[in-house]
Amino acid sequence: MSQPIHILQLYPRDMNIYGDYGNVLTVMRRLEWYGYDPIVSEYNVGDDFPDDVDIIIGGGGQDSGQTVIQDDLIAIGPRLKTLAENGTPMLMVCGLYQLFGHSFETTSGAIIPGIGIFDATTKAGPQRLIGNIVTHSEQFGDIVGYENHSGETTLQSATPLATVIKGAGNNSTGTTEGAIAYNVIGTYLHGSLLPKNPQIADFLIETAVTKRYGSFTAEPLDDTLADTARQVAMERPR
Amino acid sequence: MPHPFLILFGKSIRAAAALRGGGSALPGLFVERIDPTFITTVLSQLPRGVVLISGTNGKTTTTKMVVSLLESQGLKVFTNRTGSNFTRGVAAALLSSINLKGELKADIAVLELDEAHAVKFAEVVKPTHSLFLNVMRDQLDRFGEIDATATMLSKVADATTDSIIVNREDPRLYKVAQGRSLPVHYFGLAPDLRAHFPSDDELRGGAAATAPNVPADVTLDAYQGNTASFMINGSPYTTTLAISGVYNVFNAAAALAVVSAVMKEDFDAKKSIEKLATVTPAFGRGEQLLIGGQPFEIILVKNPSGFRLALQSYPPEGVATMIAINDNYADGRDMSWLWDVDFGSLQAGGVSAVSGIRAHDMALRLQYDNITTAAIEPDLNRALRHFIADAPDTPKRLYCTYTAMLSLRKELSSITTVERIS
Repeated sequence: MSQPIHILQLYPRDMNIYGDYGNVLTVMRRLEWYGYDPIVSEYNVGDDFPDDVDIIIGGGGQDSGQTVIQDDLIAIGPRLKTLAENGTPMLMVCGLYQLFGHSFETTSGAIIPGIGIFDATTKAGPQRLIGNIVTHSEQFGDIVGYENHSGETTLQSATPLATVIKGAGNNSTGTTEGAIAYNVIGTYLHGSLLPKNPQIADFLIETAVTKRYGSFTAEPLDDTLADTARQVAMERPR
Repeated sequence: MPHPFLILFGKSIRAAAALRGGGSALPGLFVERIDPTFITTVLSQLPRGVVLISGTNGKTTTTKMVVSLLESQGLKVFTNRTGSNFTRGVAAALLSSINLKGELKADIAVLELDEAHAVKFAEVVKPTHSLFLNVMRDQLDRFGEIDATATMLSKVADATTDSIIVNREDPRLYKVAQGRSLPVHYFGLAPDLRAHFPSDDELRGGAAATAPNVPADVTLDAYQGNTASFMINGSPYTTTLAISGVYNVFNAAAALAVVSAVMKEDFDAKKSIEKLATVTPAFGRGEQLLIGGQPFEIILVKNPSGFRLALQSYPPEGVATMIAINDNYADGRDMSWLWDVDFGSLQAGGVSAVSGIRAHDMALRLQYDNITTAAIEPDLNRALRHFIADAPDTPKRLYCTYTAMLSLRKELSSITTVERIS
C-alpha cells in the first residue's frame, strides 16, 4: 500500500545556498529506503501554499534572497505558525532560521520582520562566523556541520537546539546553537546538515509519519558511511 | 625601474625555490615586500597593457587560449601560467621573465586572478581589458556570498581602462556590465546550447532567466564531438578542437572575444580559429595521460557548477571513475557543495574509488544518489595505485579537488610522463 509523505521545500529559488538541497534529498531518500513514498514539491514567492504538507525544509540565502521573500513570508506566516503549532516537523537553516524568529536587523539598521515561531532576534554582526562546527544536544547527541553567517542570533525564551562544543553557533559570545520550538528546528549548520546527522533526519521523518499514519515502524538503516563521515568532520580544523 | 640587485636576488630565490621543488609564489612575496611598486613598474612598460581574466570557472584554460590566440596575431605575451593566481604569483612570474635592467620583452600581459585577488591587483595596476567568465558559488567560505563576488568584479570593471569582455549568459555579470561608459564586449551561446550552462540560480530549482537581448561579438553556435562552430563579429567559423568538454569550448568563445577586443581592426579571426584548433587543455583541466596503454583523464572540480558541467561533458560509459575530495583551504572547507551536484549519470557504472580527506563525505553523497562506491580509501596514493591496478584494461577518469590534484599528479609523475607545473 502506498504511503505518501509530502515534503515541501520552502523558497528553493531564492533561499538555496550552501547545499540546502542535500537536506531535502536526505529526507526523500530515507523515506524511500524506509518504504514510504516521498513527494517533493516547491513553494516559491507567489505560489499557492499547498494543503497537504508533512515536512517543511528551508535553507539559507543571500541578503538579496531574503529581501525577495520577506513580504511573501509574512503573508504565509500565519499558515506556517498553525502548521508548527499542530506539530508539523520543519527544518530551517541559516537565513530562514533567522526569519523564523521575530526579526533580522541589517548592518544599515533596517529591521526585516520575521514570523516569530522562535522567540529570538537576529542582528547582522561585524564579522562572518565561518568554519567547521560541532555541537551537542540531549535529544540528538553530537551534531556536526559547517557554519557561515554574519547574523548573530539571540534567543529570548526559545529553547536552544544544542550547545556548541567547537565553533560559534548562534552568536560570537554565547554557547547556544539553533533553536527548537514545537517540532520546528532552526540551525546555522550546513554541510549539508541531514546527511551527516541522520538522527535529525529521522526525527523529522518519524514525527511526520506518526502524525499522518499513527505510527512509524521500519527497520533501521545502515548509517555506517554517515558515522565515518561524521567522525572525520569532527576532527577537521575549524 | 626596480633595482638590479633586487631582481637578481629575487631570481636566485626563485631558482632556489624551484630546486626545492615548488614554492612558486615565495620569490614574489620577497620582491613584493622589498619593492611594493615592482609589479606596477614592470607592467606599465607594456605597449598593449594588461588583460585580466577572472571568474569562478575556466580561468586557467581560458588564459592559456587567450595567450595562444594573441600569439597567433603576432604579439609577444607575458602570462602567469603557473596557475598561482594571485599578485604574488604574478610578481614571481615577472621575476623570471625580466632581464636585469627590469625590462619585460613583451607586448601585452595576460593574467589570471581569482575574484578577491583581481580586486587587490586592480587597485595597483589598471587592467587595459578585463574578461569576466562567470560567477558561481565557489568557496563561499572565503568570499561569503556570490553577490559579493559579483561586486568584486564590478570594482575590477571600474578600474579597467579600455573595455570589459563579459559572459552575456551570466545574469550577475550582465548586471555588472550595465550602465558603464566603458565599451562592453559580450560573448554568448546560441539559444539551444543554453540548457548546458545553467546559471547559479538555475542550478537548483531556480527559474531560467531569459538571456538578455544584446548582440555578442562572439557566440558558440554548435558543438558536436570535437567540432565547434562560432559566430565571430558576424561571420561563421567551424573548427575541430584539441580541448574537450562543452564548458571549455564556451571558454574558447570568451578567448576569441578578448582577442577581438584587444586587436580591434587588426583582429584576424581566421588565424585565431586555426590556432584555437591546436590549443591543448591546461593541466588538470581535462588533461590526458597514458597509463599502461590506457587513457587517464584528470578533471579538476572546484564547485557545483563546474562538477556538474564536467559530469555532463564526459560520458561515463566504458570508463572507470575515481573521485578525490580534499577540504584544505584551497579546496574549500565546506562540503555542502557536493550536495548541489547531481551524480545521477554515474549510477549505471558506479564509482570505482573515492579518496581524499573527505572520501567518506563523497561516498555518503553518492549513497544518497543510490550509487555504489567500490573502494573508499582516504589515502590518495594508495587509492590511486589500487584504482590503476584494479582495472588495467579500462580507460580511467579522475575527478579531484585542487590540492588532491596536486598530490595525485605528483604520484602520477612517478608512473608516467606528466607535464611539470613550475
